[in-house]
Amino acid sequence: MTDTVSITTAGGEPQPSLLDQIGARAEARSIPLAAHLDLTWKCNEGCVHCYLDHSVGDDMDTAEVKGVLDQLAAAGTMFLTLSGGEIMLRKDIFEIVAYARSLLFDVRLKTNGILISERDADRFAEMGVRQVNISIYSHRPEVHDAITRVPGSFARSIEAIRRLKSRGLTVEMRVPVFKGGADNYARLKALADELGVRILFDATITPRMDGGQAPVALNIDADTREEFYLDPAVTASLEDACAPPTPPGEELLNGHSCGAGFKSCYITPQGDVMPCVTFPLVCGSLRHSSFLAIWKSAPFLQIRGIRNRDLDTCSSCSSLSSCHRCPGLAFMEGNMRGPSIQDCQNTYAQTKVPTPLYPAAPLGSAPLRGPAHSGQFVPLAALLPAAGDRSYRESANY
Amino acid sequence: MSVYVARSREIAARSLDGEMIVMSMRDSRLFTLNEVATEIWLAADGHTPLSRIVEDKVCAKFETEPEAAYADAENLCRGLAEHGIMVISDQPIESAR
Repeated sequence: MTDTVSITTAGGEPQPSLLDQIGARAEARSIPLAAHLDLTWKCNEGCVHCYLDHSVGDDMDTAEVKGVLDQLAAAGTMFLTLSGGEIMLRKDIFEIVAYARSLLFDVRLKTNGILISERDADRFAEMGVRQVNISIYSHRPEVHDAITRVPGSFARSIEAIRRLKSRGLTVEMRVPVFKGGADNYARLKALADELGVRILFDATITPRMDGGQAPVALNIDADTREEFYLDPAVTASLEDACAPPTPPGEELLNGHSCGAGFKSCYITPQGDVMPCVTFPLVCGSLRHSSFLAIWKSAPFLQIRGIRNRDLDTCSSCSSLSSCHRCPGLAFMEGNMRGPSIQDCQNTYAQTKVPTPLYPAAPLGSAPLRGPAHSGQFVPLAALLPAAGDRSYRESANY
Repeated sequence: MSVYVARSREIAARSLDGEMIVMSMRDSRLFTLNEVATEIWLAADGHTPLSRIVEDKVCAKFETEPEAAYADAENLCRGLAEHGIMVISDQPIESAR
């Protein structure tokens, strides 16, 4: 009975091996192990690159959110991310977090932190919140504040990091990288080191959830992207990250590129369920259906039916093994079974091996599909190619 | 002397296909408990003596010698307590209620 398995790293984070095993089992049984729940899209910052429409209201009330948490727990969700918008704008944030912890969720918060007081930090620590992610856009306060359009926000976010860290919470500094933002990754890494927190850079700026393309224009250009990936502050192991792709084997072709819809999902403040926050396909509304009914509904089943070998173009791409393909980006660019220009560009920047859409097509040239808003279900059949209209090869020749 | 055990409040946990997954909030360590360990962990309410838990949840369901089962169970609980996912005491644990 004592065959407990424990894993840890020096940084206190679970090693991937057991997490991978658990994730694989969740996928095999279609258990939504992780859920990202936005509690509101309202925000007290006005970040230039944001993908949300802050004017959308009609947020679920406290009872509705608790009902969703009950359903997620019953469905097997363990890893819960509460995000927004700005979660601290919810007057019931502590009630929600306490309820989530009473259901034994592993709770991670995403916040800008500028409203987190000493007492708030105490309460989150007492409740057993494990991790808080806070976005920082530059090591220079004036640049960060210009992006958030809130004077003093850099100082307040940094103070929140210190407060939370001092209570023993794991804090992760998230750095979206885009034009006009972070350009000195080493300085940001040094700042994270000084604060004693982890740092994660991400150079993919997505379209707005309503299909608007404005944020995409903020993506860094090809040369900057290459410098980004080659920067040791960003990429710990250049040898691994920039290795040339290897021919995909059967396991990869029978796999899929992302757990969205397989073992994880996203829920909007209005109760719409989607595969991921960057995969804005409304699969159903929790105001009209149960979570499990939506999770087992046709849109999710069809997403779970897509394997790498089924992908248009990508299935025969020589970079398949190196690419971190995002089906949500592909969806927003027009075809969830197709490639995404942003991923093609990222992969090319790392491997220098030409990809289907890059360098042949410039970033932002693809037409973007305007996804549905609350209650506007997009029939999946309308988004997928007809059965006989696929360009993939049934038996790849590698 | 009776031994009382309680699930720590500083954990996240979920049953995954019959196997209990437990994460310590203290250090993010992740554990999986087998079927017998899960029975004990679920019954660890802070006021039921471990001996009673072993009797009701282990010996009644699994073919095992009571003394060996109790020794194993106590070792398990002490190990989990070291990792902060269980509390163990010679008194009922009121905070677990």
